[in-house]
Amino acid sequence: MILAQGLQKHFGSTHALAGLDLDVAEGTILALLGPNGAGKTTAVRILTTLLRPDGGYAEVAGIDVLKHPAAVRGKMGLAGQYATLDEVLTGRENLEMIGRLFRLPGAEARRRATDLLERFDLTEAADRVTKNYSGGMRRRLDLAGALVAEPPVLFLDEPTTGLDPRGRLGMWDLISALAKGGTTVLMTTQYLEEADRLADDIAVIDHGRLIARGTALELKQRAGGERLEVIVGTESSLERAASVLAALSGQAAHTDVLARHVSVPVASHGGILTRAVRELDAAGVELDDIGFRRATLDEVFLGLTGKPASTETSVSEELPS
Amino acid sequence: MSLGWWLRDTLEMVRRNLLHIRRTPELLLDVTVQPVMFVVLFRFVFGGAIQIAGDSYVNYLMAGIFVQTVAFAGVYTGVLLANDLKNGMIDRFRSLPMSQASVLTGRTMTDLLRAMLAVAVMWGIGSLVGFSPQGGVGGALSAVGIMLAFGFALSWLGVAMGAWVRTPEALQGLIFTTIFPLTFASSAFVPTDTMPDWLRVFAENQPMTRVINAVRDLILGGSGGPDLVPALAWSFGALFVFFPLAVWLYRRRISR
Repeated sequence: MILAQGLQKHFGSTHALAGLDLDVAEGTILALLGPNGAGKTTAVRILTTLLRPDGGYAEVAGIDVLKHPAAVRGKMGLAGQYATLDEVLTGRENLEMIGRLFRLPGAEARRRATDLLERFDLTEAADRVTKNYSGGMRRRLDLAGALVAEPPVLFLDEPTTGLDPRGRLGMWDLISALAKGGTTVLMTTQYLEEADRLADDIAVIDHGRLIARGTALELKQRAGGERLEVIVGTESSLERAASVLAALSGQAAHTDVLARHVSVPVASHGGILTRAVRELDAAGVELDDIGFRRATLDEVFLGLTGKPASTETSVSEELPS
Repeated sequence: MSLGWWLRDTLEMVRRNLLHIRRTPELLLDVTVQPVMFVVLFRFVFGGAIQIAGDSYVNYLMAGIFVQTVAFAGVYTGVLLANDLKNGMIDRFRSLPMSQASVLTGRTMTDLLRAMLAVAVMWGIGSLVGFSPQGGVGGALSAVGIMLAFGFALSWLGVAMGAWVRTPEALQGLIFTTIFPLTFASSAFVPTDTMPDWLRVFAENQPMTRVINAVRDLILGGSGGPDLVPALAWSFGALFVFFPLAVWLYRRRISR
């Protein structure tokens, strides 16, 4: 439903996109993950016809984005940081205006606005100007705005940035319900947990290029599969623990002194836990905790991009000025 | 994109702009309170000191205030466009399957309505302080037609500037430093005869003076005078220059 091939875009001497390839199958959610400046926003702006690429090909719902941008606009909904709603209008007025601009007859635009306001729990605030909406309400209205024309394809740019945990959970429910209903979703996010929870597929991009693609599980396995982790009782026993575990796994151990934490990659469970406990005990290491742990997406991200996934900085830094 | 859709979407944009005005009535200050203030101040502060051959000062003054107001109001549309560009509203519209031209035409049409309101308000307040037009209905309509045409052309200049500047605030300053000298170095408030030669030559030949003189002549019972043709030429010439310029700058702005 969404296809990008070799997308290129540069702003001055900065290559925002350097040959990006993407594809999203119908009815699935793809999370576009990447550090600030990776090119996420540029990619979404190109796919939603807001920006022309310098090179490459893009298709949305089978329509060539570059040749028929107007037709693409009729097939997609966009919600995100930059395509805002009108703060001076009420929630209802915003949705009705979008409906009419989507060529819906007036009565139909009104009906859909009412339905969406109800579905997104905004009925009470429907006739208030959106300037006074809370962050969560605004995001819900934003998403509702993208759904007015019931488009088959949705682009969501950081749909939960700035929301509190409860608001985020609510958004997640709404988004996954949409995908279950057959909508194809491409979303960008800086929250790994969000990609993990929602997306069928994750595309990690950096420096304007796709650097990894797969399900959350596949990416985690690629980042080293499972690790055996121990937390030792005293800092002095860290070194002994590290050498015991390294010998068991055959690979170097990673030590975090402050957390009194040592871990090694393990290929299989087969008896290794029992052996580890025995040998650590024999070496006089006092244990606070021991167990297997799969790599988190944070580690995947760090391993792939060399940078931690930042959740602090705003996406506006990625927008060229 | 058919003409019908363009018209429908333009009206939708006008409707949005009018909702903005209803919720933020301050947006009308420049076409209501401000011109009233100018009429009253100039009428009573300068009215006694400035002698106009053959007529009262207020009758002379009104044409100047009319044209000044529609000019400022027209250019001001750029500030609102710059706001929409800055806060992401334009991106929202660009992601919709609507007529993209209507985003700009909706702006300038709203401006035309604002200019009409301004003219009506000023005409009313002028009458209260002694303004007595002698041109009849025909003269009045012709005068208003020229003012609105000039204001409409300048609202395309506003769109061009709004698309060009980076921030709405920058545009406020730009408007002040371009339009303000033009209105003062003109025949808006005083006859140009007493100005030093270098200024007089400029003042008498710049578009604002031409439009003001034509409007003044029509209001006061003439048939437009020698400045009528130049006034029309400037107004329509400005439209022919500023309209494509605005479209070009807007396209350039949104493609980045």
